[in-house]
Amino acid sequence: MTTTAEAAQAAGSGAGALSALLLLSDGRFPAGGHAHSGGAEAAVADGRIRDAAGLADFCRGRLHTTGLVAAALAAATTAGLDPLVLDDAADARTPSLALRTVSRRLGRQLMRAARATWPGADLDALAAARPRGAHQPVVLGVTARAAGLRPLDAAHAAAYESAAGPATAAVRLLSLDPFHAAAVLARLAPQIDTTARAAAEAAGRALTHGPTALPAASAPLLDIGAEHHAAWPVRLFAS
Amino acid sequence: MTVTSTARIGAVRDRSGGTALPVLAGAGALALRRTRASRGGEARVTVVGAMSAPLGGDRLRIDVDVAAGARLTVDSAAATVSLPDHEGRPAFYDVRLTVGEGAELRWLPEPVIAAGGSDLRMTTRVRLAAGARLVLREELVLGRHGEAPGHLTTRLTVDHDGRTLLDQALAFGPGAAPGWDGPAVLGGHRTLGQLLLVPPPDLPADLDLPPLSSLTPLAAGPALLLTSTAPRPAFTSTAAALAR
Repeated sequence: MTTTAEAAQAAGSGAGALSALLLLSDGRFPAGGHAHSGGAEAAVADGRIRDAAGLADFCRGRLHTTGLVAAALAAATTAGLDPLVLDDAADARTPSLALRTVSRRLGRQLMRAARATWPGADLDALAAARPRGAHQPVVLGVTARAAGLRPLDAAHAAAYESAAGPATAAVRLLSLDPFHAAAVLARLAPQIDTTARAAAEAAGRALTHGPTALPAASAPLLDIGAEHHAAWPVRLFAS
Repeated sequence: MTVTSTARIGAVRDRSGGTALPVLAGAGALALRRTRASRGGEARVTVVGAMSAPLGGDRLRIDVDVAAGARLTVDSAAATVSLPDHEGRPAFYDVRLTVGEGAELRWLPEPVIAAGGSDLRMTTRVRLAAGARLVLREELVLGRHGEAPGHLTTRLTVDHDGRTLLDQALAFGPGAAPGWDGPAVLGGHRTLGQLLLVPPPDLPADLDLPPLSSLTPLAAGPALLLTSTAPRPAFTSTAAALAR
């Protein structure tokens, strides 16, 4: 058991860090994430997700692929690697044009919220360099830094979001019991933690070896589903 | 027995506008044959698997260098079947492709099949100069007919004119990260086909993308990527239409 003070110390470098992490990963933080299903809408439509078990399997796969990559990009940004180099690394790791577009749109929305919440020169510089939006994990990493968080915290926020996004959306898409969706996330918690740690370790390696040291795990059905979903005339979620 | 083999192909443009092969060196499991080219000005090489490889513990490597202005097609006589060894050791297969300015490489091997119990780690690194042309096909098949999949990991990195076009890692089969066979990643499918085209071709008017497939431009340069978990015949015919 750790005390609250120790937990706060572990979560970040300064006073208020733990609460800053909670705020940043809160679904109510106005960064636009609620409008996206993380690929769940496309997966539900073509029968890949039918129930809570399918949702759990989907979230698990997303966490260990694009979730890991997003967490590593976020952690590497927080660790101080050049955000523009990491933005290029995110492009190279996102073959789907639809997913790149979504990631930049989410990045732009997070940037707006972050500059109001934790104003700082690093956020301003990235916003100026990528006026149409940097990739969301990169903006998340700069935001975490501005909020006084560590690379591992940024990785946790990204890894958690990679599973929580589809889980929350599935409640609407499948009329799933919200308790069941929460249980899916609770059961994934140990894997979310190990993914965040692996991402932060990779970010540490990237400090010396460059962005090629970051994971590039890919999920073919997420890419294919996103391309199809972007062409739908009517949809519940933006992605 | 552990086999380490590095095969090398070096293609250059000759004085008559054709392509010569000053380097054509098979090694161990990877035998190379110069075969009849079907396109003007190009050379063609067929990789002939001289033995069942890669077997656990093997380290295979093939280096291809296509110098400025040369045109080369590399294909293979048969699928590459990754087989287990009794000690459970992984096999490694590394492909290094370098294509110079104004040069063209068509890399069109038969599929890699991960037989049950096998463990293969593949890396493919492609370096393209500005103005280089590439057609790269990669087909992964998990398990032979009616067989459980082996463990297969790949990392495909493509640089074009100093920028990274694509950096993609895949991991399937026992030992891969949880969820690999679930609805976000492979969803129970047993094949994955990809075709990378640099620069993008004019799309055939009658192009009909098979289900479970996408065709998307990459960010950092003129490139198009076809990805498909459709059954092989659907992928190969679409790939052939795009790579014409």
